[in-house]
Amino acid sequence: MPDAPGLELIRGEIEAAHPGAVIDSGFAQERAVLSIDPAHVLDVLRWLRDTSGHEYGFLSSLHAADYLPAQPRFAVHYELLNRDRVERIRVKALLPDPGDGALPELDSCVELFPTAEFQEREVFDFFGIVFKGHPDPRRILLPEDYVGWPQRRDFPVGGEPVTFTYNERNYG
Amino acid sequence: MAELAERTSEVMTVNIGPHHPATHGVLRLVVDLEGEVVREVRPIIGYVHTGIEKSCEDKSYWKVIPFVERMDYVSYFFQMEAFCGAVERLVELEIPERAKYLRVIFLELNRIHSHLVWLGTTALDLGAISMLWYCFRERDRILDLFEMATGQRMHTRYFQVGGVIEDIPLGFEAKLREFIREMPGRVEQYQALLDRNEVFLSRTKGTGVVSRERLLELGVTGPLLRAAGEPWDLRKAFDYLVYPRLDFKVPVGTVGDNYDRYRVRVAEMVESVRIVEQALDGLPEGPHIADDRKYVLPPRSELSTSMEALIHHFKLVTEGYRVGPGEIYYAIESPRGELGCFVVADGSAKPARVHFRDPSFVNLQAFRDMSVDGYIADMIASLGMLDPILGGVDR
Repeated sequence: MPDAPGLELIRGEIEAAHPGAVIDSGFAQERAVLSIDPAHVLDVLRWLRDTSGHEYGFLSSLHAADYLPAQPRFAVHYELLNRDRVERIRVKALLPDPGDGALPELDSCVELFPTAEFQEREVFDFFGIVFKGHPDPRRILLPEDYVGWPQRRDFPVGGEPVTFTYNERNYG
Repeated sequence: MAELAERTSEVMTVNIGPHHPATHGVLRLVVDLEGEVVREVRPIIGYVHTGIEKSCEDKSYWKVIPFVERMDYVSYFFQMEAFCGAVERLVELEIPERAKYLRVIFLELNRIHSHLVWLGTTALDLGAISMLWYCFRERDRILDLFEMATGQRMHTRYFQVGGVIEDIPLGFEAKLREFIREMPGRVEQYQALLDRNEVFLSRTKGTGVVSRERLLELGVTGPLLRAAGEPWDLRKAFDYLVYPRLDFKVPVGTVGDNYDRYRVRVAEMVESVRIVEQALDGLPEGPHIADDRKYVLPPRSELSTSMEALIHHFKLVTEGYRVGPGEIYYAIESPRGELGCFVVADGSAKPARVHFRDPSFVNLQAFRDMSVDGYIADMIASLGMLDPILGGVDR
C-alpha cells in the first residue's frame, strides 16, 4: 500500500495526465483509496496498470456497493494489486443514480483486465450497473428473465406473504 | 490438431449438466464439439444461487457467520476467517494470540480436508476409484477433529468476531498429534497410487495447459496459478494471523498442466500438516477470545452473578453490536486462491453490504482456455483439476 505522500503523488500525477479524473483520495481502514469520476475510469485504471513505478497489474476483485441514501449512490470498487511490491490500492468509481428507472453506466475494463468479465456481469446482475463495451453483457447468476436489481438497498427483503385462509374463512 | 480438423468438420453442441457427477456441483457446460475436440465451451452458472449476500444485509453481524460459511461448503473455516477478520479490522479489535494459533490450526486442517475432497473426486473422474475411499478415510478423521472441538462436522461456526467460541477440549491435542504423525505417510500412499498409474499420468500430463501470463490476466489465484510456476501465496505475501512466524514452503509447478496442479495440491497437504504441527507446538496459553464485552459474549459463568454481564449478553444477543461507518476488503489464501471479503458498515448493527470475492468464481473463467482445442476427455480432467465449488461460484 502506498503511504500518504505516495498516494498524493499518484493523485497529482493522474490529475496532470487526466484533469478532473480524481475526486478524492485518502485512507480507509488502512487501505489507500482513490475516488474517481466514472467518465475517467479506464484512463485511471490504465495509468495505474501501465505507468512504470506503479504497475498495479493485477485486479484482485471488482465489486459494487449501494450507499443509499448517500449521493452519489453507487460505487464500483476495483481492488488493484502490485504483486512485486505487495501493495494494494482501491479505486472507487462513484456513480450517481440517473433516476427515472434509467441504469447508471460505466466503461467496461475487460480489455484492461480480462478477469473482470464475470465480475462485471455479476455487478450488472445485482445492481443494474451497465458496463459499456462488455463482450457479453448478460445476467450471470440470476435467470435471464429476472426483473429487478436485488442487491440494491431499496430492493425489498422478505418472504412471500402468508395468506391465512383458515382464519379468513372461519373468522372473517 | 490440424490433422483432426481435416477429418471432422461437423460441429455438434452437447449439453453437460447441470446435474452430472463430473461437474463437481450444479454446473452446466454447453460444449461445441468437432468430433471429440472441444471448439468452444460456455459454463452456465447460477443454479445454486441462494442470495446469501443479500440475506446477510438483514442479519446482525454475529448472525452473518453461519450464512457465509455455506457459500463454499468445503472450505467453511476460510469464509469465517475472511468475514470475522474483516469485521475485526473494521472495529479495530485485536484477537488474542491463542485464538490466532487456533484459527491457523483449523484453517490448515480445513485446507487438507478440502484438498482431500478434491483429490478423491478428481481421481474418481479419471478412473482411479479407490482414491475416493482412501481420501475420505482421512477426511473423516479431520471431520472427527472438527466435531470434537466445535460440536459440528461441517459448518462449525467456530470462529467468532474476537477469537474462537470455545477452547479446544481435553484430548484434542493427542488426537491431532496422532493425525499429524500419520498424515504424511498417507499422502505418500496417495502418491504411490497415482504417480505410477499409467492412465492417470497420460490423462493429466500435458493437458489443460494455460500459461502463467494468461492465468494472471484472468485473475486466477491459488494452486492453479502456483502450478504454472508463479509462487504467489497470500499467506507469505500479507501478514495475517501468525503465518509469518511459521516455517512452510510454497509448492510451485513448472508447465502448468493438470499433472502440476495435482502435484502442487498434494505437496500443499504436506506443508499444511507441517503448519498445523508448528501451530500446535507454539500454541500459547491464555484466553481464546478477546475480552471486550461490547463485541464478545461474556463467559457463561458470569451470567448468574453479574448483572452487568447479563446486560451485555442481552444486548449482544438481541441487537448485536454496532460497527462504525467504514468499508474493508480483507483477503486470505483459501484452498482455491484469494478469498476476499468486502464489508460495508453504515453504523448500524447490520452490515450494509457483504460481498465475497470467491476464487472458484474467478478461476472458472480460465476453464475455456484450459479446454478449447483439446479432447472432451481432457476437459473433464481439467474441470476436476480446476476444483470449482459451485456453492462458492453461485453464492
